[in-house]
Amino acid sequence: MTTTDLLRTTSYGDLRRLMGLMTGDEKHTAAATSTLDVIWVLYDKVLDVTPETVHDPRRDRFLLSKGHGPMAYYAVLAAKGFLPEEWLADWTSFDSPLGHHPDRVLVPGVEISSGSLGHGFPLAVGTALGLRAQGIDSRVVVLVGDAELDEGSNHEAMALAAALGLDRLTVVVVDNASASFGRSARLAGMFGAERWEVRDVDGRDHDALEQAFTAPADSRPRVVIARVEDTA
Amino acid sequence: MNPRERFARTVTDLLDEDRSVALVYAEISGQLFRAAERRHPDRVVNVGIREQLLVNVGAGMALTGLRPVVHTFASFLVERAFEQVKLGFNHQDVGGVLVSAGGSYDNPGGGRTHQAPGDVALIDTLPGWTIWTPGHADEVEAALRTAVAGDGRDYVRVAEQQNSRAHPVQPGRMHVVRRGGRATVVAVGPMLDPVLAATAGLDVSVLYASSIRPFDAAALRSVLWVPDVVLVEPYLAGTSARLVDEALVDQPHRVLSLGVGREELRRYGTAAEHQAAHRLDPAGLRRSIAGFLETGVSAA
Repeated sequence: MTTTDLLRTTSYGDLRRLMGLMTGDEKHTAAATSTLDVIWVLYDKVLDVTPETVHDPRRDRFLLSKGHGPMAYYAVLAAKGFLPEEWLADWTSFDSPLGHHPDRVLVPGVEISSGSLGHGFPLAVGTALGLRAQGIDSRVVVLVGDAELDEGSNHEAMALAAALGLDRLTVVVVDNASASFGRSARLAGMFGAERWEVRDVDGRDHDALEQAFTAPADSRPRVVIARVEDTA
Repeated sequence: MNPRERFARTVTDLLDEDRSVALVYAEISGQLFRAAERRHPDRVVNVGIREQLLVNVGAGMALTGLRPVVHTFASFLVERAFEQVKLGFNHQDVGGVLVSAGGSYDNPGGGRTHQAPGDVALIDTLPGWTIWTPGHADEVEAALRTAVAGDGRDYVRVAEQQNSRAHPVQPGRMHVVRRGGRATVVAVGPMLDPVLAATAGLDVSVLYASSIRPFDAAALRSVLWVPDVVLVEPYLAGTSARLVDEALVDQPHRVLSLGVGREELRRYGTAAEHQAAHRLDPAGLRRSIAGFLETGVSAA
């Protein structure tokens, strides 16, 4: 990140104000903010991508698979200068590029259009394979929700990513224990059984998240299980 | 070399020729891709028996700038993974080339699970796809080469049945096979030879489509003498009827839509038997077309 970027960067403390522009107050449900710290740490500390490099083939990619409740995502993108803050207040209007689920065609910096669960992880596997085939070693990080893992397509992706040794791929599971048939205690085992490298951290602890994302990779794909307070 | 083998040989050549081409498949046809896999291990990916993943892996590769060719049987590529086609390609707004095998009844012993007469109709619910219906192995190669050289969304339907000779292949263009004074018969892909046999001695025009989307309304209008149109499609009957209606919206017209029926036959046997059961063999087509000509106002 360049000095210019640092000057433009809004602080973490400003994110709630930005989210307030969308929701009209500064109180948010756990569901709306469950992804906030993870996405902030990724864009602030981990990913090599800026508003200037959103079309650079060598940029790092963040794919928000769990497209529901994207206010935290939009707030971070605004804070980092990918989209203008002025877009936020008008979000989900007919003329706004910002919907309840992000659209990559409409929003600069958004890598995939999501909303239907179970698509982002397979798209991330394809992205990682496409980059590898071109000799590009950029990172691909995809965020899924714990309940989203109900979708069987994720398990197809989980198995193949490990079989093909996609070591530049990271899945972050934001676990707010929202699955009806909960598997929080088994998440690590599930990925571990497919031979993923598993990191289990407090999803609100910025240092722990950064460490989990940036620790040296082995030859396997990595899952970061980010525990946040449950929605109940 | 049958059409499917020709597809495999062509995609292997394209992988050699163009470093932006990738092939994604799901076990099916793997025996035909061994050389390609050996030469290009990073650009040929077998995802296993995982069709949802198959389509989105192709789309993910397209997001990185590659030109993916995505292949399995039509029933799994289009029907099973339809939402992946809709969201992975259309909604992400990336291009790709989907190539199916199996068609409507190439594997009659396989039964309903391996029959996909609705594939073209399903793809047709999405905007912007070029749909290729090659009726000859040479046309398979031409269609695939044209599709891969572009950057749009292409569906190539590789079926076993072939016509005796190949015709020129151009996206969205129909070929005038013969001109007549009464109805115009549109033969799609492998339906051309049966249509020519069925219409021998009838005073009809015959158009041939090796690609059916975009629909060549201009060619239809250019040969139309009386506004009677017979569509003969090797997949679900009526799939292109709406486009004939659009092309002829300014005049009263009749359309006879022939193709694979909606009913599930629950029969095995041979492809020829299925063709006859759907009245797409020359005798069945002759009866349908002759009946249409007799009942028409224009026949008087």
